Amino acid sequence: MPLSALTGTRLRERRLALGLRQGDLAARVGVSASYLNLIEHNRRRIADALLERLAKALDVSLSSLQGGLADDLVDRLRAAAAAVPQAGAELERLEDLIGRFPGWAAALAELQDRSRALGHAVEVLNDRMAHDPHLSASLHEVLSAVSSVRTTAAILADTEDLDATWRQRFHQNLHADSERLALGAEALVAYLDAAGQGEDQAATTPQDEVEAWAEACDWDLGRAGGLGQSPHLASGAGRALAQALQAEILADRAAVPDTGLAAALNRHGPDPLALAAEFSVPVLSAFRRIALRPGADLGLLICDASGTLTLRKAVAGFSPPRFGAACPLWPLFTALARPETPVEAVIALPGPQGARFRVRAYCQVGYPGGFAGAGPQIELRRAAMLLLPEPAGPEQALAVGPTCRICPRPDCPARREPSILAA
Amino acid sequence: MAGRVLLIEDEPHIAEAIRFILSREGCEVAVEADGAQALARVAALSPDLVILDLMLPGMSGLEILAALRADAATAALPVMMLTAKGQGRDREAAERAGVSAFMAKPFSNAEMRAQVRALMEG
Repeated sequence: MPLSALTGTRLRERRLALGLRQGDLAARVGVSASYLNLIEHNRRRIADALLERLAKALDVSLSSLQGGLADDLVDRLRAAAAAVPQAGAELERLEDLIGRFPGWAAALAELQDRSRALGHAVEVLNDRMAHDPHLSASLHEVLSAVSSVRTTAAILADTEDLDATWRQRFHQNLHADSERLALGAEALVAYLDAAGQGEDQAATTPQDEVEAWAEACDWDLGRAGGLGQSPHLASGAGRALAQALQAEILADRAAVPDTGLAAALNRHGPDPLALAAEFSVPVLSAFRRIALRPGADLGLLICDASGTLTLRKAVAGFSPPRFGAACPLWPLFTALARPETPVEAVIALPGPQGARFRVRAYCQVGYPGGFAGAGPQIELRRAAMLLLPEPAGPEQALAVGPTCRICPRPDCPARREPSILAA
Repeated sequence: MAGRVLLIEDEPHIAEAIRFILSREGCEVAVEADGAQALARVAALSPDLVILDLMLPGMSGLEILAALRADAATAALPVMMLTAKGQGRDREAAERAGVSAFMAKPFSNAEMRAQVRALMEG
C-alpha cells in the first residue's frame, strides 16, 4: 500500500476527531502507545496489516490514506504557495493544513490547477493571436458582419418613412450578414475551443479541419462517411469544404475507375497529363486521382490564382506550411504563371537529409461565366503539383524550402523575410 | 449637411448602409470598393470628406491615407478611418499618418452622422 508522509497525521486527526485516547487505540490494534505515537508523527512506516486494523478501528477508508493522492496534493499546494510568494505561506505547516483541513486544502489545490490551466490557455491564445493570420482574418470577418448587421438593423428600426424597396433590400442584407456572422462565430468558437485544450497543433481553419479529417481517413475520402460526426470537422465551414472535396473525389473516381487507373499507372506511371488524355478528364482531376488513392505515397498541393494553397497532402520529407505564404520557388507557382504548360523539376528540401522529389505541376484555366453576360469575364486558375519521392541521383535539384520564415537557406535569392532559423 | 463624401469600403452592405444614412443627411455619397482605384477616385471627385476603411483590397487604408497626405492637393482633406475595435497599432499608425478621425466598427448610425457632421462643418 503506497503511503504518504501524511498518513500518520491523518490517523492522528481521525483519532482525535473520534475522541479516542492514544493508548486505547493502540490496545485495540495490538501495538504499544509509544509505537502508535511514532506512527502518528510520521516517524515509522506502517505495515499493510496494521494499517488495515487502524483504518477499521477508526472507521476510515484505506483509499483515503493512499500516498499517491496525498503527495500530489502536497505538490499542488507547494505550487500554489510559489505562485504567490508575497503571501508568505507557511510551508512547514503544510502537512498540518492537509491533515486538519482536507477540504480547504483540496479547494486551494483545485484553484491552483485552474489558475495554471487558464494561464496556459491565455499563453496559447496570445501566441496564436500574434502569429495566426487566420484568426486575424476570422475576427475581421466577424466584426465586418457585426458592423453591417448593426447599422442595417438601426436603419430598419429608426427610419419611419423607409420605402418598400429599401426595406426589402436591407432585410436581405441583414439576412445575408446574419448567416455570415453565424459562420464566423462558429469558426471562432471552434478555434478557441481547440486553443483552450492546449493543442498546439489543433486545426485552426476549416481547411486545417479538412486535412485532419482526410489524414485520419488516410485520404480514402471517397469511402469516408459520417462527415457530421467526425471530430475533426468542428465547424460548418469545415464540413462544407469536406463535402465539396468528397464530391470532387467521387466524381474523379467515377470518371477514372480503379481498374482503369491501375492499368494507366502501369502504362504511364504517375503522369497526370497522360491520364487526363486517356480518360478525357480535366488535368486537375487526374492529379487528384493519382495522389489521393489510399496508400499513395505521393504529395499533392493545389493552389488558386492568388497562390493560396487550397489542398495540402503532405508526404514524408515535405510538410507544407500551415500559416503564411509558401516558398516562391516551388514549381507549383511556376506552373501558375504558365497556364496549360506542364512543369517538371527535381526539388530538394534543405538540410543534410533534405528530401528530394520529382514534381509535376500544371495550371488549369476555367471560365465559369463563359462568353455570355455583362461585366468582366472571370478567369479561374488552379494549379496542382504532384510530389514523387526521388532517390539521390545526378540530376541537379532546385533548392527550395517550406516557407521563408522557417527555411535555413541564407543566400536564397527569393527570400521574402528573415528566417527564425538564421544563425 | 450638404457635401460630397467618398466612401472607400469593400464590404458592400456596410457601404450601402452608410451611403443610405449620409444621403438622407443631404450628402452626395460615392463608393469605391477597390483600394487601388481610391486615389484616382479622389482626384476625379474632389470630395469634401473621405471615409476610408482600413482593410481594403489592392491598397490598404494606411497606404491610401499616406498618399493623400503626401499630395499637396489632399494634404488637408478630412479623412475618417473605419477600424475594428482593438486595432491599436493600426490606429497609432493612422494618427501618425494624419488621419482626421476614427470610427470603430461596429459603430452606431448616430455616431456616424455626428462624426461626419463634425468633419464636414469643422
